[in-house]
Amino acid sequence: MRTRLRGWGGVGAMAVLCALALAFVMLLPRTQAHPAAGAAPAGRSLVTGSPARADDCEEPSAQNRTPPPSGADGPTIDAIKARKGDRRKLIVGIDQNSYRWGYRNPGTEGAELEGFDIDLVRRIAKDILGSPDDVQFKAIPTSQRIPAIQDGTVDMVVRTMTITCDRLRDVAFSAPYFKTGQQLLVPDASGIKGYDRTLAGKKVCTAAGSTAYGKLKADLERKALPATTDFSATVPNQLDCLVRLQLGEADAVVTDGALAASQAAQDPTVKVLGKPFTTEYYGVAMKKDATDLVRRVNRVLVDYRADGWQASYDKWLSATLGEDARSSRPPAPKYLRES
Amino acid sequence: MTQPPQSRAAFAPPVTTAIPAQRGPSGLPPARRTAFAEGAERLRDAATTEPGRLRVIGAVLALLVVAFGAVTAWQSGERATAADDVLTRSQPLSSGAAAIYRSLADANTAASTGFLAGPRESAANRERYEEDIRTAASGLVRAAADTEPGSASEATVRKLNRLLPEYKGLVERARVYNRQGYPVGGAYLRYANEKMQTEMLPAAQDLYTKENQRLDADYADATPYPWAAIALGLLALAALGLAQYRDFRRTNRVLNHGLVAASAATVVVLLWLVVGHTVARSGLFGSYEHGIRSLNVLHNAQIAALKARGNENLSLVARGAETVEVNGTKQDAYYYAFDRDLAALDARLTEARRLADDARGGAPVDSALDDTAEWKKRHGTARTEDERGNYQRALDQVIGADDTTGAAFDGVDGSLTRALGHEQTEFDRAAADGRDAMAGLPEGAAVLGVLGAAGAVYGIGRRLSEYR
Repeated sequence: MRTRLRGWGGVGAMAVLCALALAFVMLLPRTQAHPAAGAAPAGRSLVTGSPARADDCEEPSAQNRTPPPSGADGPTIDAIKARKGDRRKLIVGIDQNSYRWGYRNPGTEGAELEGFDIDLVRRIAKDILGSPDDVQFKAIPTSQRIPAIQDGTVDMVVRTMTITCDRLRDVAFSAPYFKTGQQLLVPDASGIKGYDRTLAGKKVCTAAGSTAYGKLKADLERKALPATTDFSATVPNQLDCLVRLQLGEADAVVTDGALAASQAAQDPTVKVLGKPFTTEYYGVAMKKDATDLVRRVNRVLVDYRADGWQASYDKWLSATLGEDARSSRPPAPKYLRES
Repeated sequence: MTQPPQSRAAFAPPVTTAIPAQRGPSGLPPARRTAFAEGAERLRDAATTEPGRLRVIGAVLALLVVAFGAVTAWQSGERATAADDVLTRSQPLSSGAAAIYRSLADANTAASTGFLAGPRESAANRERYEEDIRTAASGLVRAAADTEPGSASEATVRKLNRLLPEYKGLVERARVYNRQGYPVGGAYLRYANEKMQTEMLPAAQDLYTKENQRLDADYADATPYPWAAIALGLLALAALGLAQYRDFRRTNRVLNHGLVAASAATVVVLLWLVVGHTVARSGLFGSYEHGIRSLNVLHNAQIAALKARGNENLSLVARGAETVEVNGTKQDAYYYAFDRDLAALDARLTEARRLADDARGGAPVDSALDDTAEWKKRHGTARTEDERGNYQRALDQVIGADDTTGAAFDGVDGSLTRALGHEQTEFDRAAADGRDAMAGLPEGAAVLGVLGAAGAVYGIGRRLSEYR
């Protein structure tokens, strides 16, 4: 009896192995047909997959579609300055969940908002209204960044927001203030080896409305990702992905390298995998017709890059992104937007 | 009971005038008649003679009185059991379910307060959270013991039992990360809050609704008049009266002791039944009007207060992250919910004030109304600060040291707990009065029914013996 069972077990195992091998062979040509693996050079070949449009915006140069800097006031800035009394504040959409970017530090009295984005906000507020404290922060979920700008809930969004052609249709961006790219975050013991076929059958977590989600969707459509990769469950904030990862409800997280590093900094048992597989630039987003404000922010950024950026990087990001800031510093801006 | 049939079998046939009629058929060969036909004929013959009629009358009277006693015992026993269930089973379970809901909502509010306070979280707040979790856990154990296996309530209790440790685990993780200064703590708290709002509180609400349905069903079983018993009682009385009237017409005797005793027993049971039930009903209706109604309104008021406090906290945790569109304008989702909760609290308190029928019940509701007004005022100040971007000042106004919205909320909550205690006492007293009004009725009805039947049989037996 026992030997017979063992015999059947052997046959079963053989059958399973055969099926696995067959599946492997059939999947192999698909995943290798596209240069989607992490080894590919970042840049032109790895656009986020939004379709080409008539307004000739192309992803690798989307960050250049911003007007030249200017210190002149215009209608938008006048309206902000005209706010009365306690309300004379710059209203800025930020995140309070991005460690070292914009977060409430529970260790400080009153749990102050801190981080790289917050430093930049205070610099802009000081330039426009005179004091770095003339700010009203509004926490905004990833998916609400554009609606909040469009309906005037906030004057601007400084919230690790990637400049893309898609978003440029709805809002205006400043010149880039940070360079990053999508990366994978996985538990130490994960079988996932990179942004490749090892994602087959795995649950990948992204924030709703993020560039990470757009990238995954585009890559699945052009079959650069295994069809069984499941990224259907999205969360309001990239940090919620770390919760899902720790609870075992997700196998991997895709998010900007800058944010992946800040997640890894909160949990020593997860790691950021390989090199970024896209190139993205963060910009300050504003209303599409608020050109005076955009030009003003661009002027602030010119000063900030020369004095302030490095100090803020050292304070907040060097611990998680490395002492060398070169890979994070955006290239010299080009101002290719006419108005 | 055994006497009348004996006398009938031993003495009746020789004295009756119907002897020939009875003897005639028996002279025929017995094998040709069925037992049924023979019995029917004998009955017909018996009914046509006076002793035969008396026997039939005696049997009917005894049967009616015994049936009256039995039905009374059965119907009032059923109602007494239901009344006891109202007092000792379904109302405590309904209260228990409300307490589970309250402690869960309160724990969630305490957790968000703790998160807002960060490192300044007070020991009192932490203890409040722990106490809430303990209350919810022991409430669930009690609810589990009282639900029927396989029922929907049991499934709900099981679900809550599974979710409670999950929720607690998430909050603990949030705390640990919060202490280390990592924002992922906030993400855990949001996740815990989502679990509470979308799974646990709806389940607790469901349990409360089901227990209230059970309470209503017990009330419905305890309060209807026992019409069958009353009708039988009247019928028995009428039959006894007719029998005595017939007796009087035939013999000119005014009193037949047995029949009078039977009538008296029937009247006593009937009065006891009607009066006992009327008193019990008024007690039970009173316990519903003055107890259950007030308790429900106060429970709802307390839940509205808890929800309002939770939304007030979350508006500061979320910092405008969630908006809703109302009449074309965007509003902060949590502030909008707060306004609705506070309006509900106001309405419930006003209703509770109307229902409170004495000074001791009205005083805590009055003080809750005052605190609600104060809360609204302070909240307005805090919200103005928040909307002007003075987050820290808004935070101080909500969870700070003095004159905070938190203190006003605590005032409302404390007053409501006192009012609930008072109404619970009122309910217990009225419902116990109602239940006790029927005490002894089932047993008494049974005993008196038997005695009454014996009296009827005895009275008829006395008349029969005159034919000896």
